[in-house]
Amino acid sequence: MRKSKHIAAIALVASFGLIAAACGSDAKTSNTAAPSTTTGGTMAATTTPGTTGGTTGGTMVKGLKLGIAFDTGGRGDGTFNDSAGRGADKVKSTLGATVDELEATTADDRQPNLTTLTGNGDNPIIAVGFAFGDALAKVAAANPTTDYACVDGYYDNATPNVAFLSFAAEQGSYLVGAAAALKSKTHHIGFIGGQEIDLIKTFEAGYIAGAKSIDPTIKIESQYLGAAGDNNAWTSPDKAKEIANGWYKAGADIIYTAAGGSGAGTIAAAVESNAWAIGVDSDQYLSAKPDEQKHILTSMIKRVDSAVFEISKDFASGTFKGGVHVYDLKTDGVGYSTSGGYLDDVKDKLDAIKADIISGKIVVPTKVA
Amino acid sequence: MSTPEPSTMPLSTATEGIMNPGTNDSIWTRLVRPTSGQSVLITLASSVAAVFIAMIIAGLLLLVTGKNPIDAYGKMLHAGLTPVKLVEAMQRATPLIIAAVAVAIGFKMNLFNIGVEGQFLIGMFFAAVVGAKVHMAAPLHVTFVIIIAMIAGAAWSGIAAYLKVKKGVNEVIATIMLNSIALSVIDWLFTSYFRYQSSASLDVKSKPLPKTAWMPVLFTVTSKTGRSTQHQTLTSFVLIALLVVVLFWLVVYKSKFGFRLRASGYNAVAARTAGISSSRMIVVAMLMSGAVAGLAGLPYLLGESHAYGPSRPDGYGFNGIAVALLGRNHPAGIIAAAFLWGFLDSVSAPLQIAKLPQSIVLVLKAIILITVVIVNEVVGRRVAKRTADRTAAQLALPTAAVAA
Repeated sequence: MRKSKHIAAIALVASFGLIAAACGSDAKTSNTAAPSTTTGGTMAATTTPGTTGGTTGGTMVKGLKLGIAFDTGGRGDGTFNDSAGRGADKVKSTLGATVDELEATTADDRQPNLTTLTGNGDNPIIAVGFAFGDALAKVAAANPTTDYACVDGYYDNATPNVAFLSFAAEQGSYLVGAAAALKSKTHHIGFIGGQEIDLIKTFEAGYIAGAKSIDPTIKIESQYLGAAGDNNAWTSPDKAKEIANGWYKAGADIIYTAAGGSGAGTIAAAVESNAWAIGVDSDQYLSAKPDEQKHILTSMIKRVDSAVFEISKDFASGTFKGGVHVYDLKTDGVGYSTSGGYLDDVKDKLDAIKADIISGKIVVPTKVA
Repeated sequence: MSTPEPSTMPLSTATEGIMNPGTNDSIWTRLVRPTSGQSVLITLASSVAAVFIAMIIAGLLLLVTGKNPIDAYGKMLHAGLTPVKLVEAMQRATPLIIAAVAVAIGFKMNLFNIGVEGQFLIGMFFAAVVGAKVHMAAPLHVTFVIIIAMIAGAAWSGIAAYLKVKKGVNEVIATIMLNSIALSVIDWLFTSYFRYQSSASLDVKSKPLPKTAWMPVLFTVTSKTGRSTQHQTLTSFVLIALLVVVLFWLVVYKSKFGFRLRASGYNAVAARTAGISSSRMIVVAMLMSGAVAGLAGLPYLLGESHAYGPSRPDGYGFNGIAVALLGRNHPAGIIAAAFLWGFLDSVSAPLQIAKLPQSIVLVLKAIILITVVIVNEVVGRRVAKRTADRTAAQLALPTAAVAA
């Protein structure tokens, strides 16, 4: 590590303003590889608006150093952070990048961790979680030659070197809504949201629109577990279970829950009531127990991993752009899972809808009508 | 033990008489004159020794897990002893200094205030929401916010003081409970009344404080490595933290009040005999402790976030206990220990980049704490025994003289 850092330092001196290699194999070529140096220069220049990017191909960029700043929790949380981690792993294996990962232990770690990655020469640097906003604003403004991305994050007046990675959750929700309407025998389904914030409302809006596109008279229940800022909303499976049990008893047979860890409550209720639950963010069938798997119809997948990969690839090919990036069905940023095979009979219909959304024939609303 | 008549004697002499039960002399001397050469040296030496012993134990752990401890410590020092990281350590130490003083005030009165965590959150929350409602000139506004934080923190710790004095509830239990209640109260108040959504950000906060309530940056260090620049700022609240330490020293160690406080904390029954109401001392110490604790969240609030939000910092209260223990409740010790804690936190990121487990920092902190307690206990016993022997010898002298 120390040796490679040394080599990296030499390369940095040799070509000012460029990301140097840190892994040994790359280092051999980095002294002689003039073309890659030029590419590096272009990369840095793409942060200036109006400059056209370089033309490097997507694969094996010399000396790409990806920095990942996890929020508290980090890898191993089973959903969000792990998904970002998978993206980083793919960047490593596909683009040949070095990946530096830092995990925050407290709120006080966020800014120092971004600063440390910046000082370490990582570029781009991806902050995983909206709580990084304040810290990122300061670090990014001070480092115009480093590119940053923030998953789910957003703040006003951002500098052009910051990309906000957001997801067209309404599109994926539209598909699982359609699936729910197609599979519901009672014409009665439900939606449980976490915090009542605009982000989660897009899940609700897509779900309702998707269901109604199949069955205009379907009965749809809807409830949130907490107000905006109420972090308990993501960790209250008890509350979700209570609501879900009530709805199942009242005749609903499918409930979609977009509430992080609270979703486990809906799955538990579905098992008890012998009904269906729809998961969120990652394919929850894969992490569920066997008796639960039989009750997970599908999951609305939010591909944090592909967002991380795409933005890194953009950077590597010199086409990194700041601002809000929306990952949707077209880029596989969102989608639905088919594990368990419960949607096999309606898969063709769903894929047709998916194609219509991608082509723009169906425009999914982001606000509940 | 013969007790002099308190009413006819000046208080200090009276208590000194009471608090001088033969062999405990040395401890009393250390309490009254904590800056006397020997005891400070011993305390310092034992704390430093504890840190080194902890490093050896943690090094063995690293060795067992297949990492090179020398290399790890080398990386720690290499990364940590840079201007950027040292200022970061200071920035991280600021809230810990304040929290540790709050804990130390309690310790001096023989109270274990575990509630600093809740008190600082309550202080920060009310400072944020009340401070955002008013408009005044800059120095006044900052002062106002500081006072609100202190009142809120003191009010919260006051509940524990009331429960202890009036209902006999142990303050450890009361403050632990109050920590948990503080979180719920804050969440409820924030969610129901103080959310302020200004943009599309998911990071919802309370209404931001007007600029007049912001604490300026004291200075910024910058380090350029190639293409990237590292900035680290130090918020001027560090000056207030140092002021708090000085005031703590003056009030607790140098004032008549501090004398009574420590006397009462050392031996409540004896102090009561000397006319010091221990109930009153408990209430006053708890309120002071809470008021100081209320300040701990302000470096973050006034220097960085300027609003309260669920992505708030935490752990100052619990780390404050550790820092107070490591610093032996001594003003200088607290500053040194807080800086050590800040230093360890600041090297956590470089360690992760070097593929070393960041948990080594946590392990180090924990082992340092345990070692400090053990080493101090051992040293304390040694010192007590030596003093006892000496006192015995001194007592023997006059007898010998008479005999001669």
